[in-house]
Amino acid sequence: MNIELSHINYFYGPRQALDDVSLSYPLGETIVLLGKSGAGKSSLLKVFNLLEVPTSGSMTIANMQFDFTKKISQESIRDLRKNVGMVFQNYNLWPHLTVLENLIEAPCQVLKIGKKEAIEKAMSILKRLQIGEMADRYPIHLSGGQQQRVAIARALMMEPKILLFDEPTAALDPAITAQIAEIINELSQTGITQIIVTHEVDFARKVASEVIYMEQGKIVEQGQLDCFAHPKTEQFKSYLSH
Amino acid sequence: MSDFLLNATDKLHSDFISYISPLAEATSVTLALAIVSLIVGLILAFLFTILESVSFKPISWLTSLFTLTIRALPELLIVVAIYNGLPLLLILLDDGFTIPLGFTSLTIQINISDFNVSPFLCGILALSLLYAVYASQTLRGALMAISPGQRQAAEVLGLSRARTFWRIIIPQMWRHALPGLSNQWLILLKDTALVSAIAINDLMMQTRGIIARTQQPFLWYFVALLIYLTISIISKKIIQRIEKRSLYFEQSQDSNH
Repeated sequence: MNIELSHINYFYGPRQALDDVSLSYPLGETIVLLGKSGAGKSSLLKVFNLLEVPTSGSMTIANMQFDFTKKISQESIRDLRKNVGMVFQNYNLWPHLTVLENLIEAPCQVLKIGKKEAIEKAMSILKRLQIGEMADRYPIHLSGGQQQRVAIARALMMEPKILLFDEPTAALDPAITAQIAEIINELSQTGITQIIVTHEVDFARKVASEVIYMEQGKIVEQGQLDCFAHPKTEQFKSYLSH
Repeated sequence: MSDFLLNATDKLHSDFISYISPLAEATSVTLALAIVSLIVGLILAFLFTILESVSFKPISWLTSLFTLTIRALPELLIVVAIYNGLPLLLILLDDGFTIPLGFTSLTIQINISDFNVSPFLCGILALSLLYAVYASQTLRGALMAISPGQRQAAEVLGLSRARTFWRIIIPQMWRHALPGLSNQWLILLKDTALVSAIAINDLMMQTRGIIARTQQPFLWYFVALLIYLTISIISKKIIQRIEKRSLYFEQSQDSNH
């Protein structure tokens, strides 16, 4: 079981956001996508759950295959999303629902599990993320770090094989960022695959097992943790130096 | 002198007593018109909003054209046009007519025995239509005010479009829609006076009738003013409550526990 992209091209209007991107990883890794804004890392992330559907290329994720030269059916997109969860940059929690309601909405509606069971599961995840006492609050009364955890919990409720993070620390202060890094490291021990977009090199260093550096829609460098110390390309070296 | 004053106030007093019941009745007609039109209008407004945002272009264009036409015409014209046009439409349906569709033709004919349309129903039809075309724009704005991320979060979790609309979008829409909708409610309340043009005995028409008998225009228009004002103030209070309730999730939590 692995994640494989081959020759992905994606156009955002007239601009080419992804340019012949190919990659292959086994499941269970924590893959960090680094790059300047506009490098295409967010677009690439959104390909994994087909929030962005590429113009050409193909993808294999958790035994599901997609050929983007053909039309992708809504049903197969729904099936894919049962396996691929996502945590948004600004969390996108539903403000009119309590934390608990945010968590149990999709499991009850999509996976059709009972409300009681869903609540038990939600409480255990919230406790694991140390926000058990926030269950009955509305998101607006939570701090940024707490909201981020609720967003992670909401995605975990669906038991995804792959979890996508879009700039998880963009709005958080350094102390909270360290806590989020801890959560991600803890999750990676459970065997879940995580793909994380960030522009914070320090954060990337703390969580990554695999690193992808992108520029102008292309993958410039791919490697493991040691490429932070020994970048192979000039571009990645110069990116790391500022 | 004091006898004369006493007589005058006495007369005024008995006038009031005898006109209270017709005025109250007319007020209830006005209120019924306004409230029924509000409910029907809100349903229509939702319908127009949905039709205007469907991806099949001809439908959204036709809906836009229709709402634009209604908004471009004077309210009084709409009221009179529906009252006078509906019987003509019924006669046309009774006679039957044929629409040529090229390869075949469609004949529509419905037997109708009574061509007298109820002015009250026409009034409701006109007022709810007027409310709906303006309210649909408010609803459209309210829908656009909700961040696309809210819908996206539901999408990636696999919620259906219908569930997303009812559970995620609609509850958040009210806070953006209520100020505009309540404004249009006050306009609707005043527009009910237009239906006196089609022989509905609403507050305005009743007031004019009383004035014709008493020859005291200032006094009775002033009474009507007070009634309209009272209704407006009470509805303002109710709307404030609803607005506060629609923001339940932003209120301090301490009061909830």
